[in-house]
Amino acid sequence: MKSKVAYFGVFVALALIFSYVESLIPIQLGIPGVKLGLANLVIVIVLYKTNLKMALLLSITKAILSGFLFGNMFSILYSMAGGILSLVVMALLRRREGFSVIGISIAGGVFHNVGQLLMAMVAMETVRVMYYFPILLIAGVLTGFLIGVIAQEALKRLVFLQIK
Amino acid sequence: MKKNDWILVGSVLLIAGIWFLARMFLSDTHSGMVTVTVNGEEFGTYSLEKEQTIDIHGTNQLVIQDGCADMVSANCPDQICVHQHAISRRGESIVCLPNKVVVTVDSGEEADLDGVSN
Repeated sequence: MKSKVAYFGVFVALALIFSYVESLIPIQLGIPGVKLGLANLVIVIVLYKTNLKMALLLSITKAILSGFLFGNMFSILYSMAGGILSLVVMALLRRREGFSVIGISIAGGVFHNVGQLLMAMVAMETVRVMYYFPILLIAGVLTGFLIGVIAQEALKRLVFLQIK
Repeated sequence: MKKNDWILVGSVLLIAGIWFLARMFLSDTHSGMVTVTVNGEEFGTYSLEKEQTIDIHGTNQLVIQDGCADMVSANCPDQICVHQHAISRRGESIVCLPNKVVVTVDSGEEADLDGVSN
């Protein structure tokens, strides 16, 4: 595959499959709204293999498509707010030295939740959802760590993948 | 994991911890409002933050102190409302039946934690 467009299609499909697989396995953590976010694995890998522009495009496409397929209008909004904020933070941290894939992914996980919480505040017009803030921070660290570990292993095995 | 990763994890967990503790200490003194109604008609709405004594038609006296509202005196014979503990949480109320006085805590305009997610 030489074409960027073809790769992009593969990544979108992969992200959607991960969203679907995740909707099949209900991981009950006892906290509403907290999930692993397997699709973010694809987004972290794409961020490392290509650039912010492509990762952002993937994140937005994934949010819209998985919203129509498995969710609703609100899940599109939440997913987009979280996805864009987390990607921007991850891209900024990547420019700095001293962060591994796991660290970047943790920051992404945390800010994904922060973005969704901010969107919830706007959508529900209340600041009371801040009640969830500390729980979501911890959840973001955990999910970000897990995704980061998998992403690190995947990237080790994807050295041959060159997308120009 | 590199050194910066640990610093990141540590600071995020620290923020979460501080927030958690702060919430534990502050949650009981959230700013609420009490509404007083007499004979079904609204008598007034008062903030729980401001310490004050409210005289209700000379029959009952309501004191707001430390974020709680407490009926301190009533001219009725049973004194049930006076013996009731102070209220501060949303939905709690003090009722004085003989004088038809109802004091209820309602948290102002803010909506309940009930929305759409998924």
